[in-house]
Amino acid sequence: MLDDFLTRACLAGIGVALAAGPLGCFVVWRRIAYFGDATAHAAILGVAISLAFSMSTVIGVLAAAVAMAVAVSTLSGRGLAMDTLLGVASHGSLAVGLVAVAVASPRAIDVEAYLFGEILAVTRGDLAVIWGGAAAVLGLVVWRWPALLTATLSPELARGGGISPEREQLVLTIAIAVLVAVSIKVVGALLITAMLIIPAAAARPFSGTPERMAAAAALIAVASVFAGLAASWRWDTPTGPSIVTLAVLFFAVSCSLGALRRKAG
Amino acid sequence: MRLIAAHGLSVRLGAQLALHDIDLAVERGEIVTVVGPNGSGKTTLLRALVGAVAPAAGRVEQAPGLRIGYVPQRLHLDSTLPITVARFLRLGARRRNGSIARALEETGVPELAKRQMTALSGGQFQRVLLARALLAEPDLLLLDEPAQGLDHPGMAALYRLVGAVRDRQGCGVLMVSHDLHVVMGATDRVIALNGVIWCEGPPVAVSSAAEYRMLFGEAEPGALAFNRHTPEDGCSTTS
Repeated sequence: MLDDFLTRACLAGIGVALAAGPLGCFVVWRRIAYFGDATAHAAILGVAISLAFSMSTVIGVLAAAVAMAVAVSTLSGRGLAMDTLLGVASHGSLAVGLVAVAVASPRAIDVEAYLFGEILAVTRGDLAVIWGGAAAVLGLVVWRWPALLTATLSPELARGGGISPEREQLVLTIAIAVLVAVSIKVVGALLITAMLIIPAAAARPFSGTPERMAAAAALIAVASVFAGLAASWRWDTPTGPSIVTLAVLFFAVSCSLGALRRKAG
Repeated sequence: MRLIAAHGLSVRLGAQLALHDIDLAVERGEIVTVVGPNGSGKTTLLRALVGAVAPAAGRVEQAPGLRIGYVPQRLHLDSTLPITVARFLRLGARRRNGSIARALEETGVPELAKRQMTALSGGQFQRVLLARALLAEPDLLLLDEPAQGLDHPGMAALYRLVGAVRDRQGCGVLMVSHDLHVVMGATDRVIALNGVIWCEGPPVAVSSAAEYRMLFGEAEPGALAFNRHTPEDGCSTTS
């Protein structure tokens, strides 16, 4: 079954989607979309590092993403305006990364594959890495769920209940970095934030509790993967962007229905 | 029975001394209100009492096994996070539906369990927060500006509720307010704070004390000298 590249693409997409949905809810709730971007863009720098030291891309990307995530989250609240800091980090790491990739690789390599993903070229080995990473992220989020949720709702309430908001922020930060590292092959560094935010945002109008929103986000993300792959197959469009386009479509429909329902209610 | 006490408590926030040499105690069944202008260290005092900030000097003494219900100031919930009142009350600990219903009953809002937190009015929101604090079955309630953002009737109703909760549960209450006049009927004792304790005593005595009026800019500094240490006004100064 795994011999079919389309099957492997589906499985890879589902793995990323299942983890990105619930994790993306925290990105939406905490309003840290830009933070996700900075972490994802650092992945390109990680690609350059992997090329320069001829090591596995996943390791290099993971190291760069974790380093960026921890650096930004440590620097936050130190006087610099957060959006400015993230703007510098995000675009800086992307630009420096692209330059570094060009310098590091002896032959011309296809940078686009890292920017937009190459889901149709996923190997069995990639699948193992993607599912391993996604399972780790999902497991982390489920395990820390009550503390993460309380710290996200209100740092003050969290402290009152003996939960350290700083520690929970670090947990989220690392989870995002891991997801970025394993999903760069699926949707690429430029679109992974989309997979975090859009399904979660699409789930919001129909969710009354955080748990339902996380589950709905995962479902919408999986549906986007299926529909995006099908559309890409049928119309021969680039796959990563097609998946994100379908997610945007789900978001638009969900928001319209949500607005209609509010009007009716 | 003494629930909590501070002895010579000083707290430093950065380079600034936020609290200096604070002595206070709260007994079971009494309501104590800390009043003071903005930046007078009221919230810092509550946070030092629960151990969220470490004292620079002095110490905090808690009765053994003391359970505290804490309602923090300025709780803002983001509307991107959907959460019902019942789910909010279950956060952080497993609660039975029965105890949640009872807590909401106790604070006068039993009908809100299925509502979204972000759809509540200011008064409803504060009552839900109070219900959350009650779920811990506290011996001591610490309320930081529990009536913030409410209109005068709303404030009065909330303070009546705090009194009723104290009567029924028999807990001690230490709350923070910046408006003594509204809280006057609902409190047994008032502590006027501005970094140090300016004066303390029954509400009527404190509100008429020169120290208190000066603290809020209602009296000339000179008046202080004449009123200091006059036992008949019932307000004891600590200077």
